[in-house]
Amino acid sequence: MLELRGVSRHFGGVKAVERLDLNVAEGEIFGLIGPNGSGKSTTVNVIAGLFEASGGQILFKGRNLDGLPTHRRLQLGIARTFQNIRLFGQLTVWQNLWVAQNAPEDRARRGFLSRWLGGRGGARAEMAGLLEFSGLAHKRDELAANLAFGEQRRLELARALAAKPKLLLLDEPAAGMNSEEIGQLRDRILKLRAQGMTVLLIEHVMELVMGVTDRIAVLNFGQKIAEGTPREIQNDPGVRKAYLGGA
Amino acid sequence: MDFYYGLAQTVGVHTLLGLSAYIVLLTGQVTLAQAGFFAIGAYTAGMLTVLAGWHLVPAIGAGALTGAATACAVGFPALRVKGLMLVVATLAFGEGVRLFFFNFDYQVAKGEIKVGPVGGEGFRQIRFFQENGWTTGEVMLFIWAFVILVMAALWWFDRSRYGAVLRAVGEDEVAAQSVGVNLTAVKVSAMTVGGAVAGIGGALYAHYTTHIEHANFNVLLATFAIAYPIVGGLSNVFGTLAAVIFVQAFLIEGLRDLGDWRNLLFGALIVLAMNLRPQGLFGGRRA
Repeated sequence: MLELRGVSRHFGGVKAVERLDLNVAEGEIFGLIGPNGSGKSTTVNVIAGLFEASGGQILFKGRNLDGLPTHRRLQLGIARTFQNIRLFGQLTVWQNLWVAQNAPEDRARRGFLSRWLGGRGGARAEMAGLLEFSGLAHKRDELAANLAFGEQRRLELARALAAKPKLLLLDEPAAGMNSEEIGQLRDRILKLRAQGMTVLLIEHVMELVMGVTDRIAVLNFGQKIAEGTPREIQNDPGVRKAYLGGA
Repeated sequence: MDFYYGLAQTVGVHTLLGLSAYIVLLTGQVTLAQAGFFAIGAYTAGMLTVLAGWHLVPAIGAGALTGAATACAVGFPALRVKGLMLVVATLAFGEGVRLFFFNFDYQVAKGEIKVGPVGGEGFRQIRFFQENGWTTGEVMLFIWAFVILVMAALWWFDRSRYGAVLRAVGEDEVAAQSVGVNLTAVKVSAMTVGGAVAGIGGALYAHYTTHIEHANFNVLLATFAIAYPIVGGLSNVFGTLAAVIFVQAFLIEGLRDLGDWRNLLFGALIVLAMNLRPQGLFGGRRA
């Protein structure tokens, strides 16, 4: 589904990501972990197209993403959330989802004729379904800026889903959440997997990562130091060293 | 009575000018190019009615088209830069247009006199209304028909998905492109629609003043254009209308006794508005 071949991203002399190989299979929940500053968010930004890769190739469903702008990658099916929530605060919850309906089938549906032939109702029903899924149905007309923190995180996930992605890039979706909210998030991710969604999950909260992922890659200083199942990663001495230092 | 009709004409045309900046401002872009599109609409429509003998309505349409086409052409390179650099780029464009008309001669003999734009002297005798015997009141109604039409269209546009997309781009470009919004397409479209609205405003302006010259389209006019939506707020199109009435009817006409001190008041108003009510004097519903 998603393949990174020797992808690098340098900022001046800083090698934020260095020759990274990743292979995320369809329907898989793939975890990407590592200490702060190890290049996880940079990896997401390079996949999403916010930064160009300094080297290497990114293939999505066999297609090279090189040079494709961010909005085109979304239309191919790559959606994301942000580590520091980036909602449209002055738009309502509903409008946040509305703006994000940019999948090719949505764009086709907005054609002049099809809009009046039921396209509108379809879009509405989908957004209502997403609000239900995210537990935000009662906040439909609230400004996004007025939502509580946990609700904003949920809305951001819903907004990414509004684009009907095939691959979801979640950049620390559990940051700042309490354990109840983390449990709900975990249920949501598992529900998405059951629907066939592929997820690349970047997370510090080990409770979540170890509980939902099929495979995990560990980054340190921009390079992959380990890859395997959650159990293998937990027992890897190199990973322990990167996280705990010393020993 | 004619005084009030005249004032209503000015308010109407300036509302169109302000709305042209409002659309672009929704995408978060501060533009000083609107006076340029306004000038292009004014000269295009004026030349078509005076030199080519067109009726005013198609001439206004042509003014809207040339305004839109120029805005689209300017939009592609200009919107690659942001913030202050965009202000400088659009300011340069606006001045460029003004200086073009300062040097632009195109006269044709019409009976005993020659008509058409003559560089620094400007373009006189744009007398479509007078030649067809329109009263000031009728001219005022004609202008307001366009203002209402444009306001209704923008009101609808604002509430549609496109309006939400424009505001999303204005709020956070990174997030907008990450949910699949093509930033270039959105910004250039907003600029193009803005250019069309400014072109309509300019076309109407040329015909009610009957005399236009390069100095009408200076930086001050560009500043007014962007100040209306800033002062009025971006909640909806009525903020811009309210700001135009406030500035034109109250600050400029109502305080006529203060003479040139009014310009100072105008500057102070913008500074005050930005400090005390960054959402605009008439803006509501901001978190």
